[in-house]
Amino acid sequence: MTSPAPDASTVRVAPKARLQWDEVRQRHVLLYPEGLVALNETGADILALCDGTRTVAGIVTSLQQRYGVEGVQQDVTGFLEALAAKGLILFEGG
Amino acid sequence: MTPQPLWLLAELTYRCPLQCPYCSNPLEFAGARFRNELGTEDWCRVFREAKALGVLQLGLSGGEPLLRADLERLVAAAHEVGLYTSLITSAYRLTKDRLAALRRSGLDHVQISIQAADEELSNYIAGTASYGDKLAAYRWTKELGFPLTVNVVLHRKNLHQVRDLIGLAESLGAERIELANTQFYGWAFHNRDALMPTRAQLEEGWRVVQEERGRLGTRLEIVWVLPDYHEQFPKPCMGGWARSYMTVTPAGEVWPCHAAGRITTLKFANVREHSLEWIWHHSDAFTKFRGDAWMPEPCRSCPRKTVDFGGCRCQAFLIAGDAGVTDPVCSLSPHRHLVDDAVAEVERTAAAEAGEWVYRAAPNSRALAAKG
Ligand code: SF4
Ligand code: SF4
Repeated sequence: MTSPAPDASTVRVAPKARLQWDEVRQRHVLLYPEGLVALNETGADILALCDGTRTVAGIVTSLQQRYGVEGVQQDVTGFLEALAAKGLILFEGG
Repeated sequence: MTPQPLWLLAELTYRCPLQCPYCSNPLEFAGARFRNELGTEDWCRVFREAKALGVLQLGLSGGEPLLRADLERLVAAAHEVGLYTSLITSAYRLTKDRLAALRRSGLDHVQISIQAADEELSNYIAGTASYGDKLAAYRWTKELGFPLTVNVVLHRKNLHQVRDLIGLAESLGAERIELANTQFYGWAFHNRDALMPTRAQLEEGWRVVQEERGRLGTRLEIVWVLPDYHEQFPKPCMGGWARSYMTVTPAGEVWPCHAAGRITTLKFANVREHSLEWIWHHSDAFTKFRGDAWMPEPCRSCPRKTVDFGGCRCQAFLIAGDAGVTDPVCSLSPHRHLVDDAVAEVERTAAAEAGEWVYRAAPNSRALAAKG
């Protein structure tokens, strides 16, 4: 089961995973042992913000400013929790 | 449109200090066809061409890839073009210094096999005293910060250890354990009667896996590779023939899967003579069974053909003698009785522990090849 993202913790891509541009398919991918997740633009933007300095709330704020939209909280949390369940991102501290 | 490959398995050498009787390498691995190994520059070119074709995941395997003195350079070349690299090794005689050098070269992930949970059985199955090396290498892998996969091939002689094997992976701090029920190709097909588990063993193993998954949650990923002889439908071999995967053998032949070289009715191109791109798009071996135009009945009109792609071509060749028919493992195949017979034979004789295996070793390889 997915563990809920704790508010106060920072988020980073797990050491076993690597965010990368796939030139052939013109999209970002998250590579990990024996697998990969294909990302759309928003997903890639979210992961680029998972650098170990921001909290989930911080990431939400950055995205809302960048896109000029509100209410992305739930989508971002869902996306991150699904990746956390696969051990691809880590919540630290908090 | 032709799909683009995602995975490449580089079999760097078929030399190996271990002698596992289920090895998926060809029976004739010691013969002339596989001996003339590609050089460093050839492999570096293969990696560049693979990346340009769309490959993202590279497995460095064998035989034993550590026997290549240029392994660090090969890892560095693959890393430089942006491939995610996995070393698939027995860890025999691996040192911490070498592992650290591989880390510096950009290696991403380490997969180390183990043959059983305890030293005596593991060494017996491997045919080589290797258990101690493996345990040391597991620890160094974690100390150096690599993600670690523990790989175990399961069969009649070690299926009772599923819980201990998972416990071992847990205590090592591994990210994944692959419990791969033996797939019957290469040496495993030759040793099928000695390796095939009973139905009761498989049911118990699967029960333990489910229990342990519940206990461990996301702490340890437990992969259970299905024993397809005991299933109703075949596995979707490599996600479909020539759709996302290729193997390059030590001497440069390119196969749509790591067992395909056994199919004598296919012609395999070599990276010494052709680009990987040409081989992927135009070679006989890759085009023959791509898509579904080749399919006979019962696959042709079966709704599952987009799920399992008619199963495995290598298995069709090995069991039914024709790579172009429905996988005999499928319950709808007219050849299914051949699989049922093999399974029934094991149920009948397993209690008596009948059947000894032949170790994967160069003298045995030559002897079998001579017999034809
Ligand atoms: S399965 Fe065993 S014998 Fe075959 S290549 Fe792997 S370690 Fe070597
Ligand atoms: S008939 Fe062919 S497509 Fe249908 S389940 Fe069997 S192998 Fe798969």
